[in-house]
Amino acid sequence: MLALTSTDYDAIRLSIKVAAAAMAVSLPFGVAFAYLLTFGDFKGKVLLEVVVNLPLTLPPVVIGYLLLLLLGKNGWLGSLLDAAGIRLIFTWKAAVIASACVGFPLLVRSIRIGMESIDMQLIQASRTLGATWHDTLVTVILPLSLHGIIAGMSLMFARSLGEFGATIIVAGNIPGVTQTIPLAIYDYASSPTSEDLALSLCAVSIAISVVVLFSHEVFDKKLARRR
Amino acid sequence: MDIRISVEKQLGGFSLQADVAMTGERIGIFGPSGSGKSTLVGLLAGLQQPDRGEISVDGDCLYSSSKAINVLPEQRRIAIVFQQHCLFPHLDVKANLLYGYRRCRPEHRSIDFESLVEVLNLKDLLRRGISNLSGGEKQRVALGRALLSNPRLLLMDEPLSALDDTLRFQIIPYLKRVSEQLRIPYLFISHSLVETRLMADQVVVVSGGAIVAQTTSEQLARSRMDLSPVGYINLLKLTRRRRANDLYAYRWGAGELLISAGSEQHEALFELSSKDIILCKKHPEVISARNLLQCTVTSTFNSGNKVGVELASGEGRLVAEVVNQAADELDIGVGSQLYAAIKASAFRRRG
Repeated sequence: MLALTSTDYDAIRLSIKVAAAAMAVSLPFGVAFAYLLTFGDFKGKVLLEVVVNLPLTLPPVVIGYLLLLLLGKNGWLGSLLDAAGIRLIFTWKAAVIASACVGFPLLVRSIRIGMESIDMQLIQASRTLGATWHDTLVTVILPLSLHGIIAGMSLMFARSLGEFGATIIVAGNIPGVTQTIPLAIYDYASSPTSEDLALSLCAVSIAISVVVLFSHEVFDKKLARRR
Repeated sequence: MDIRISVEKQLGGFSLQADVAMTGERIGIFGPSGSGKSTLVGLLAGLQQPDRGEISVDGDCLYSSSKAINVLPEQRRIAIVFQQHCLFPHLDVKANLLYGYRRCRPEHRSIDFESLVEVLNLKDLLRRGISNLSGGEKQRVALGRALLSNPRLLLMDEPLSALDDTLRFQIIPYLKRVSEQLRIPYLFISHSLVETRLMADQVVVVSGGAIVAQTTSEQLARSRMDLSPVGYINLLKLTRRRRANDLYAYRWGAGELLISAGSEQHEALFELSSKDIILCKKHPEVISARNLLQCTVTSTFNSGNKVGVELASGEGRLVAEVVNQAADELDIGVGSQLYAAIKASAFRRRG
């Protein structure tokens, strides 16, 4: 039987909220960067590629620490935000930013694979038929890379659910405020009497991941059948 | 239509240098694969940029390196029918057809949707998805989509290469009918001499990234008679007359032609190689060839070590070829009377 406390329910709700928000916030940027890296022809493209992929190889704790330096009260961006009355550190929004940063390379990579699979002549055909580049992006490139976008979104969501290292540094581990499922499990794991509670959250975690991956498979099959 | 191209373009190890002025409504660009034809198409449509030079269509400058002009592809009004159909797989036939039409300025819309669907016989396909179309249907839709964008110029870049022989000759009448009825000037790009002759009057010959000749499609076919393993191909559009036992009789010139590959259709297109025509000075007593035509020589031309002989019988015209020695022995000259013997099996039906 699942043994869940009210803070566990908060953690589950927060995990889903953070993952969904991270996915939504990073999607437009993910599309933009994937477009630039696939179709762009500019100086510094390799450098951009390295920067976009950097979070994939860096330890999440490093990303968290850098974000803390950037967004903290005395940070370069944090001081500006502070002046505007916006506080991010140790709020659920910081968890969103941390998850978005860590999952970003996965999102861009998936969308890019989708975009790269489009026949260049389809794009050329659309241009010669009178479509501007942004019209082509909306009416040809995005619909044809939809499977890549969906895959990227699922990966991003799943990665956000599991995000720990960066989140604990910039958002802390405040039950009911910034405590997501992995952080709650971490708390239970360090207490010898909470094995059941930890296991219950593990089960919930597995269930959510299975639902996400299953939905992705179903959606992808539907998309393939439409072609 | 007046097209002027004077450009240079380097692509890896390949360089294209073209300086040509083309005038006409049905222009062919002929050349082998890798000669630079498709690069020329890309430069004209604005999909590629020349290293330097100028491109203008009907006096409108589309590209000029000296004046820093480079009109965007969507503003050039030059549509392309590609070798592969390039239809949008996420849209149905109707949405594909209307893609360019919706983006075309209302004052340019001279071709409307209904009449195009009628001309290209697309009515039954409109609601279908692209994956449910045959190769020939796809290419017809691609042609329709390009035309509905109401371009000032249509570029057909090897539109028939991806199709098999039967389909190819089924599509050609559509291409011709549409261009005649809708009066859209086009460039027909092909490595096939027969297709070029069927589709174009004026031809620009491209080879090794350069324009090597500018001629008529008929002159091009005659000049290449010696080089081609099939000689000069006579393209005969014939009307069926009657069934003659197991052969078919078609009206030609003052008489008729007996053909074994005929069909029940009223009209058919046949190919006949100049190599398959035997010329005799006198009427042979008995001959296995089913066609023995009395013809007058209207002209002769040289192609390598061969002589092309243009024969006339009434309105009918045929080109035969003989080696120089045979031409001397037969004493062929304009006005000579000759008998042309052709086997009934020498004709190849092409639709």
